[in-house]
Amino acid sequence: MHSLAFDIAHALAGSMVVLSFLLLYQDRVYALLNVFALHSLALALAVGWQAYLQDAHHLYVTAVVALLFKAIAIPTALHRIVRRLDIHRTLEVVGGVGRDMLAGAALVALAIMVMLPVTEGSNALARQDLAFALAVVLLGLLLMVNRHNAISLVIGFMSLENGLVLAAAGALGMPLVVEISVAFSVLIALIVIGVFLFRIRERFDSVDMQAMDTFREGRRK
Amino acid sequence: MSALGALAMTLLLVVPAGAGLGLLRPADYRRGARLSIAATLVSLLAAVTLIWARPETNLYLQVDDFNIYLIVLNNFVSFTTSLFSATYIAHELETGKLTPNYLRFYHAMYQALVFAMNLGLLANNIGLLWVAVELATLVTVLMVGLYRTPAALEAAWKYFILGSLGIALALFGTILIYLAAQPVMGQGLPAMAWDRLLVHASKFDPALLNLAFVFLLLGYGTKAGLVPLHAWLPDAHAEGPTPISAVLSGLLLNVALYAVLRFKMLMSANPSALAPGPLMIMLGLLSLLFAGLMLYRRGDIKRLFAYSSIEHMGIMSFAFGMGGPLANFAGLLHMTMHSLTKSAIFFAVGHISQVKGTQRISTIRGLTATHPLLGWGLVAGVVAIAGMPPFGVFMSEFLVVSSTFARQPWLALPLVIGLLLAFGTLLWRLHGLAFGVPDNAPAVPIKASIWPMLIHLGLVLLAGIWLPGPLVVWFHHVAVLLG
Repeated sequence: MHSLAFDIAHALAGSMVVLSFLLLYQDRVYALLNVFALHSLALALAVGWQAYLQDAHHLYVTAVVALLFKAIAIPTALHRIVRRLDIHRTLEVVGGVGRDMLAGAALVALAIMVMLPVTEGSNALARQDLAFALAVVLLGLLLMVNRHNAISLVIGFMSLENGLVLAAAGALGMPLVVEISVAFSVLIALIVIGVFLFRIRERFDSVDMQAMDTFREGRRK
Repeated sequence: MSALGALAMTLLLVVPAGAGLGLLRPADYRRGARLSIAATLVSLLAAVTLIWARPETNLYLQVDDFNIYLIVLNNFVSFTTSLFSATYIAHELETGKLTPNYLRFYHAMYQALVFAMNLGLLANNIGLLWVAVELATLVTVLMVGLYRTPAALEAAWKYFILGSLGIALALFGTILIYLAAQPVMGQGLPAMAWDRLLVHASKFDPALLNLAFVFLLLGYGTKAGLVPLHAWLPDAHAEGPTPISAVLSGLLLNVALYAVLRFKMLMSANPSALAPGPLMIMLGLLSLLFAGLMLYRRGDIKRLFAYSSIEHMGIMSFAFGMGGPLANFAGLLHMTMHSLTKSAIFFAVGHISQVKGTQRISTIRGLTATHPLLGWGLVAGVVAIAGMPPFGVFMSEFLVVSSTFARQPWLALPLVIGLLLAFGTLLWRLHGLAFGVPDNAPAVPIKASIWPMLIHLGLVLLAGIWLPGPLVVWFHHVAVLLG
């Protein structure tokens, strides 16, 4: 199994983990969106390569969907929303970059330590992919926990979903149903997000979640 | 017979989906409400038909002894809630809280929610189950934010983020289950069909199954409102339209718990996998005690009953975690009783908050004097949900407690403490709400629809006094299936 094909798959999935790390410390909105587009591009390539290796044609569909929606449509739409809402401010990173990086590294170690022993029966490719996928999921979670900005939350959530698609693609012969639905759900999610961003902006004059929190404190009194 | 069953099963999905699409078109709101009621009635009839005519199980859908009763319950409560929605929403329109456009949206989304829940309950494919729960989540997020007030937006946003997170974890768990099944069952769809997974589950890799179950329990547990992943639930209940609170508490939480139970059955079928019981018992007890304590200081009437829902999901999770025929029987009965009672309470609370123009408990006093029917309805509902005889909830809680005493006496202690906490707080609150000195604030006249509430409470009372023999036999049968 240790061949060029395996190495390429490894590199593509690994690059998603690296890009997840890059997402963690972006402090400008546009940069965050661009890194997310790259993240999705890496996903599309990784899934496409899996499709080629597994000779599974339906995975090509997943790859194309990832490319069109997640790498092109969603970042473009979010770019436009950001421009229309006029959010050019920098995004504050809670707790500092150093702490985030350490936590991220710990999470990746955790993902590998959990997944590798459990999947000893499966083939090497699926094992590596799954470990990487769990790492991407956990890093997405970390991003969501660490940011107060609505846009960062959304990007965190979508990078997490990219990790899930990677996991689904790595599982040999997983039926198409799930992938299509994931793509579909992301689409709906985008609509929901768009609607909400507009409304949140309209009501709070900011997309900072901290504005919401202080508001709630006020209500409780 | 099975052709009729297949037809009924198709209707259960096609009718709400079609009605949802149809309701998106601009129409008079009365017609919209009537169409919504008609659609849920047809679904209910189709669900009842399924009791006698079982369709063949295929790779995507199935009807078995376990889900059939939830399907009937689901469509019954959807039907009564659509009756309640009609008057409730008409009032919101009159007071100007909603515009006709939102109303159309509301009815369409309501049907979409019924569709998603029916799909989730019917699903045989674990991927399809996941899709259905995700769809239900997105739809309810939109409905919780319906009023567009800052509080509603915040609640919807919180629900969206936490709900999506739960859903994402559940998908990872689903993928892991497939991965565990794939070496044994080969690639493709059969390895995602629940009934076939159950047959082969004993040969799956136990380590993978364990990991998958942890993800699934956390993922679907978030949707079921189990502590510590419950944070979305009180906000979503308090800020959304009341009919949605009724459906969320009464039905959607059940669907999520149902998903957990399906996977629990897979786990139990594999002797070397982790026993799922203790995990569920732990989450259940945590939810029960936490909600019991949180009930005490609620100022908002809908939030109060939302915490009570967390408490009851905790009891169910505990009962199913204990396992064995008796505890499972109690869990199943409790699921039914809680659905009926809690939605009845929300029907009453919806009208009460419209009459009083507020949801604050401190400003709602002496309802039995000012609004006898609503007031006494609320009294009956709260007495029932607190677990007093002669209502059905008493019976199911009694069964949970007695089966715990028989098997794990030391676990009964926290259980009883939690139950008593909730019991005391609810009755204490009820005292002020129903029998306090009424203030002279002007009440808004409303056209209340009382029947849905009365029917639900009547059924709960009936179940507390007398459970029909066939139903008992059948619950027993399912309880044994659950293991």
